Amino acid sequence: MIISIASGKGGTGKTSVAVNMALSFKDVQLLDCDVEEPNAYLLLQPKIDETKPVYISIPLVDEELCDHCGRCSEFCEFNALFVTPEKVLFFPELCHSCGGCMIVCPKNAITEKNLEIGLIKKGVVEGIELVYGELNVGEPMAVPVIKEVKKQIKSNKTVIIDSPPGASCPVIESVLGSDYCILVSEPTPFGLHDLKIMIQVLGELNIPFGVIINRAGIGDRKIYDFCEEKGVRIILEIPFQRKIAELYSSGIPFVVEMPEWKRKFQLLMEDIKGV
Amino acid sequence: MLSGKGGTGKTTITASFAELAHDIVIADCDVDAPDLHMLLHPEIMKTQEFKGPKLAVIDRTKCIECGLCQNSCRFGAINANLKIDPFSCEGCGVCVIVCPEEAITLQERISGYAFISKTKYGTMSHARLNPGEANSGKLVTLVRQNARQIAEKEICNLILIDGPPGIGCPVIASVTGVDAGLIVTEATMSGIHDLHRALQLLNHFKISPLVCINKYDINRENTEKIVSFCENNKVYVVGRIPFDPIVTEAMVAGKTVVKHSPENVVSQEIENTWKRVLSALNKE
Repeated sequence: MIISIASGKGGTGKTSVAVNMALSFKDVQLLDCDVEEPNAYLLLQPKIDETKPVYISIPLVDEELCDHCGRCSEFCEFNALFVTPEKVLFFPELCHSCGGCMIVCPKNAITEKNLEIGLIKKGVVEGIELVYGELNVGEPMAVPVIKEVKKQIKSNKTVIIDSPPGASCPVIESVLGSDYCILVSEPTPFGLHDLKIMIQVLGELNIPFGVIINRAGIGDRKIYDFCEEKGVRIILEIPFQRKIAELYSSGIPFVVEMPEWKRKFQLLMEDIKGV
Repeated sequence: MLSGKGGTGKTTITASFAELAHDIVIADCDVDAPDLHMLLHPEIMKTQEFKGPKLAVIDRTKCIECGLCQNSCRFGAINANLKIDPFSCEGCGVCVIVCPEEAITLQERISGYAFISKTKYGTMSHARLNPGEANSGKLVTLVRQNARQIAEKEICNLILIDGPPGIGCPVIASVTGVDAGLIVTEATMSGIHDLHRALQLLNHFKISPLVCINKYDINRENTEKIVSFCENNKVYVVGRIPFDPIVTEAMVAGKTVVKHSPENVVSQEIENTWKRVLSALNKE
């Protein structure tokens, strides 16, 4: 079973939920798909057993063969190629690696080469198999790294996916194929606003979901009213406690110091599997 | 304004800066989950359609089901029944050129909207990406262009940009060509980790960094680590803002914290931070 954890708004506690849930359950695979800012490993401190680079394919133009006809740049929807009478200029940060330029080139002047854009790392800690990606700083495209992280999914395991914030392509890529999605929000206007956006996304992707309200007790009750009105299930509330915030700040998952929470996460998992 | 990590307080602080500043243009570049409007209450003056990546569409009356399109698509967007998944299609057009029957075309899709609005604090450029759409970087660029045009027209020399979390394409689009990047971090392990990556990003694009530590008192030891790291790397720490529930109360009231509780220590610290930001900008 694949359970993803998303939120819309950043900093609502996705990683905290993902890590504490994994620690309550053991024998799970935890995939940190927030490859721009991976944080799960900071809380788990695994020994890294394997690191491998992630590459994308980018065009390599042979200027000897190229007659600067401009077909490749006409074709490229992403404006990654610009052809002058003397030279082909290529902007790797705009390239989506579709391979189309290679197909349209009448002189067969384009081949492909690999460009490293990030890493994936694997390690085991407390029975949890952690896989995470790390986008190289300055590289714009997170999706190929997320795809590589998701290739490591072991279908016989319970898989927990920690998704990045937002509601665009990296989030879609992370949650795609999940059996269930946990939306972590907080009872504030920002939390509710961004929760609504994510509910819309999951509706379009047809993924069942439930909401965890983190920092319950702060803000207002509008998120509860909204969930009740729309029939959205609130599957867990984590109260705002300075102790939880302080533990998180030191990189300590709260179930370690507050083991009574393990049972709650176990029950939650059973509940989700029932769905 | 950027952060690396989400939820560190970028929008709260940006909104307060907007309240304190004079003659500015405001841009909300967090186009997938924009929140700034909930504090600044823009009145929309102009709406613009945003065309994101195109979408491949197969004309079933022409299709001979040869499967070439499916084999050529690198995004796995065409399934065994030759149906196109709009979430996976990046609109590259490879299927169009490989189709022997010319059965596939690329169609434009409206991926969101850009807005130009009036607020009490100045003109605001913002946008809304439709949930689940791609290419937020391009929409960010449109928000930036709009902000720039407004600033030129109104002769404002300051544009305040609320950026998205992360370090990927929408963040790069938000920071390209800015004069300074203020990283709002928090005194947590994750905050520190993400601050390092955000600083590397600014360094990569040769942008002067400034740092503000939000909720600094949640872990003073971490705050000291951030301060000494910044000192060693000659990065100016412009503010230390304490944790206070007043920030959430102001948000619930739909107000900036400096307006909601001007006497509160959080508001005073934000005000001091803004003064330091201005003096740092004037030195540039």
